[in-house]
Amino acid sequence: MQHIWIVLGVLFVLLNIAAGLIWLERRMLAMWQDRLGPNRAGPLGILIVLADTLKLFFKEDWIPPFADKWVFITAPAIVVASVLMSFVIIPFSPSIIVSDLNVGILFFLAMSSLGVYSIVLGGWASNNKYSLLGALRGASQMIAYEVFMGLSLMGIVMLTGSFKLSDIVNAQKDVWFVFKQPVALVIFFIAGVAETHRLPFDIPEAESELIAGFHSEYSGMKFGMFFIGEYLGVTLISAMTATMFFGGWLGPAFLPPWAWFFIKTFAFILFFILLRASLPRPRYDQLMETGWKVLLPLVLLNLMVTGAIALWIRG
Amino acid sequence: MFCKNKTCNTIHYSPLTIHNYYMSDASAILTSLHQQFDAVTFVPQQTVDNIDTLWLPKENIVAVVRYLKNTISAPFNLLYDLCGIDERDRMGKEKLPAKDFTVIYSLFSLDRNKFIRLKVALEGEYPSIPSITSLFKNANWYEREVYDMFGIKFEGHPHLQRILMPLTWQGHPLRKEHPARATEIGPYRLINETIDREQDALQFKPEEWGMKRESDDADFMFLNIGPQHPGTHGVLRIVLQLDGEDIVDAVPEIGFHHRGAEKMGERQSWHTYIPYTDRIDYLGGVMNNLAYLLAVEKLAGIEVPDRVKVIRVMLCELFRISSHLVWFGTFAQDVGQLSPVFYMFTDREKVFDIIEAVCGGRMHPNWFRIGGVAQDLPKGWDGLVRDFVKYFPPKIKEYTNMVIRNSLFKGRTKGIGVYTLDEAIEWGVTGPGLRACGLDWDFRKKQPYSGYEMFDFEIPTAQNGDCFDRAVVRVEELWQSLRIIEQCLNNMPEGNYKADHPLTTPPLKKYTMQDIETLITHFLNVSWGPVIPAGEAMSCIEATKGANSYYLVSDGNTSSYRTRIRTPSFPHMQMVPYVSKGYTVADLLSILGSVDFVLADIDR
Repeated sequence: MQHIWIVLGVLFVLLNIAAGLIWLERRMLAMWQDRLGPNRAGPLGILIVLADTLKLFFKEDWIPPFADKWVFITAPAIVVASVLMSFVIIPFSPSIIVSDLNVGILFFLAMSSLGVYSIVLGGWASNNKYSLLGALRGASQMIAYEVFMGLSLMGIVMLTGSFKLSDIVNAQKDVWFVFKQPVALVIFFIAGVAETHRLPFDIPEAESELIAGFHSEYSGMKFGMFFIGEYLGVTLISAMTATMFFGGWLGPAFLPPWAWFFIKTFAFILFFILLRASLPRPRYDQLMETGWKVLLPLVLLNLMVTGAIALWIRG
Repeated sequence: MFCKNKTCNTIHYSPLTIHNYYMSDASAILTSLHQQFDAVTFVPQQTVDNIDTLWLPKENIVAVVRYLKNTISAPFNLLYDLCGIDERDRMGKEKLPAKDFTVIYSLFSLDRNKFIRLKVALEGEYPSIPSITSLFKNANWYEREVYDMFGIKFEGHPHLQRILMPLTWQGHPLRKEHPARATEIGPYRLINETIDREQDALQFKPEEWGMKRESDDADFMFLNIGPQHPGTHGVLRIVLQLDGEDIVDAVPEIGFHHRGAEKMGERQSWHTYIPYTDRIDYLGGVMNNLAYLLAVEKLAGIEVPDRVKVIRVMLCELFRISSHLVWFGTFAQDVGQLSPVFYMFTDREKVFDIIEAVCGGRMHPNWFRIGGVAQDLPKGWDGLVRDFVKYFPPKIKEYTNMVIRNSLFKGRTKGIGVYTLDEAIEWGVTGPGLRACGLDWDFRKKQPYSGYEMFDFEIPTAQNGDCFDRAVVRVEELWQSLRIIEQCLNNMPEGNYKADHPLTTPPLKKYTMQDIETLITHFLNVSWGPVIPAGEAMSCIEATKGANSYYLVSDGNTSSYRTRIRTPSFPHMQMVPYVSKGYTVADLLSILGSVDFVLADIDR
């Protein structure tokens, strides 16, 4: 019974965070851009979330006549489902975790690679040239960056000797992995931004080039699903960064473990938003080039050095 | 530089001295043309703007243009403008070789710093003339425009098709028989057949443009960028021929923003046309007024007081800053940087605060008048300008660090959209786009107008001619404009804000109650508008985006007989396909951003 409550609780909190990020992002962007942002509905404008959601629900749910109907409908569901599934293995606190799988990291990587299907299928089913270009870009970008993302986490796995996330958190009781694996952190985060296709790596959508890329044709709640999926993705990568590199729920005892977890996660969410506010977008081929020519050698080197040190310490 | 001495109010400059300097050169060209083409009768025409104007038969136009472009030393290598005139209603044309239509070629020589104007008289209802597209690449669009506006055919043109009007349009708007007002045409009805016809005309057919639908190993994708697209900054349509994401070819389609500004010039009085000019390059504000009024004042023979010149320069430079800020912010946004545009628009508001205090308007102040400006500067203007001059420098530094020095930005712009100096001249590029290729060409320095020769400023240049260099040149121009504004602030001459000339419109009111002549002129100028003496004159200014000219033909009436607006954005846009070939879709946005065009400036 308690297990069901955890599942429902996690789902409830996550969906609310994702919706709340609409408000948070707009307010933070506004703050950094010397303007006010949404500040009318409710205290500090927080009810804009409600207004936006209602608007999305009441918009005409339009499927273009030239689209591949069933694929078109399925695509937005995939992104939300796959990201939500990833949260299964995130330990919010020692006791709040849906399922502490012993292949936790592998499960996370598997689920996040499923996300690419939503982009490819959405772009393809829209039968629109902009969407197609966006889907092409998205597919290659996400597949490439999954490689680095996976490899960057392997150093930690080596040091811990486990894929289980609770083990990884517990292994950080003395020193956070950010100090042992700084290169991995940078690469993981870059790959994470590319994976969630957020600015500066929002190349599949690239508003000024492809209008909205793979989801140009989507409206109403289907568009909303892509939107929620993106924010859930941001939350997921932030939560993973906090868990893998910053000790997850660990922290001084004056706050409960889940509070530490959320503080760390939100710090990274804010960093995501700050990135969006400050950086221009590289070109698609530049992104791929950096990936294969810089990040891949770097992450392999990191893996080699970590392995060597781990072997040396064990004697 | 200004005389620091307050009592020194005279300006050591008269337009005549500059033209006299080139007079010997002018006759040299005529002599060499006569020698080269001894069988051809050239008829010179004296114009108010002292540009060598020659009439010649249409059979010789290609040979003469080729000679001027390729054979002579210091050639006329830039096709500055090409336009037409419907001469059928013109009064006093008997004195000229004019017949039914005239096609006018304005060539410019950068080495001589000199224009030459070739005129060809054409006879008949829908005459034709040989095309010069084989000589000048940018003649293509100009000839299409003349065809569109007058129905004059250009023999040998690769694709003579309407350019500004819809393909389905009936008639040629700048012909005198074509109605100028919607009320003369009758109500417009959008019935289903019309919709189908219009939609059909908008369909892009690659074969018409000599494009293939597939290569040996791949099908091309034809992608519509626009007419509604966040990256085009206005209603512009570019059809891309794509191989994957690589641009094989591109066809820009313009005219969505065409409002018939040239046609309106033939209907409005000389005075009431001023507000229309504001809306040509709508980011340039009063700078458009200046280009128009310089031509009108040449025709009218008005010499404006120093104070007017300096006020005009100050406002123009404020508008240059405001326009460059818009470009800067949107360019950063085009390459994906979200925030700079907000900071820059905030600063643009600060410029607009000054403009609003002075003119009462913001984007379209409509503030310059024939022979002066609308009002004297308000009390306290100097405080506002001084605050801005202090406020702005740290901001430019901040923006340079934020955008120009950002390595992702460099990655998106360096080595993208490159053209050489020769290519730039071939395509008629002026302004920052030309200066980014290494030539320090600026009409404010080379052919000073409105007193620019009195100011101390530099012409920024760059060497590579890519998107990054065009950006750097514009940012450097912000500094130079600020320098000019500061000099205006410190050296604002005393004196009148309008010229003491009967054609000044409206004349200074204070005299009207004492002087019957002024009262009569005032009454006529306000009710009819001024009557500008017959003649032809072209002005040429360095606008925010390049060289902007008004070529005005007066036949001694209350409105112009022909108003030709040469805008910089038109040739720049024509060059975009040539520049963007081989780059990707993402690069196209960098290129479009770095060109800095305004659709209203292209379409007029």
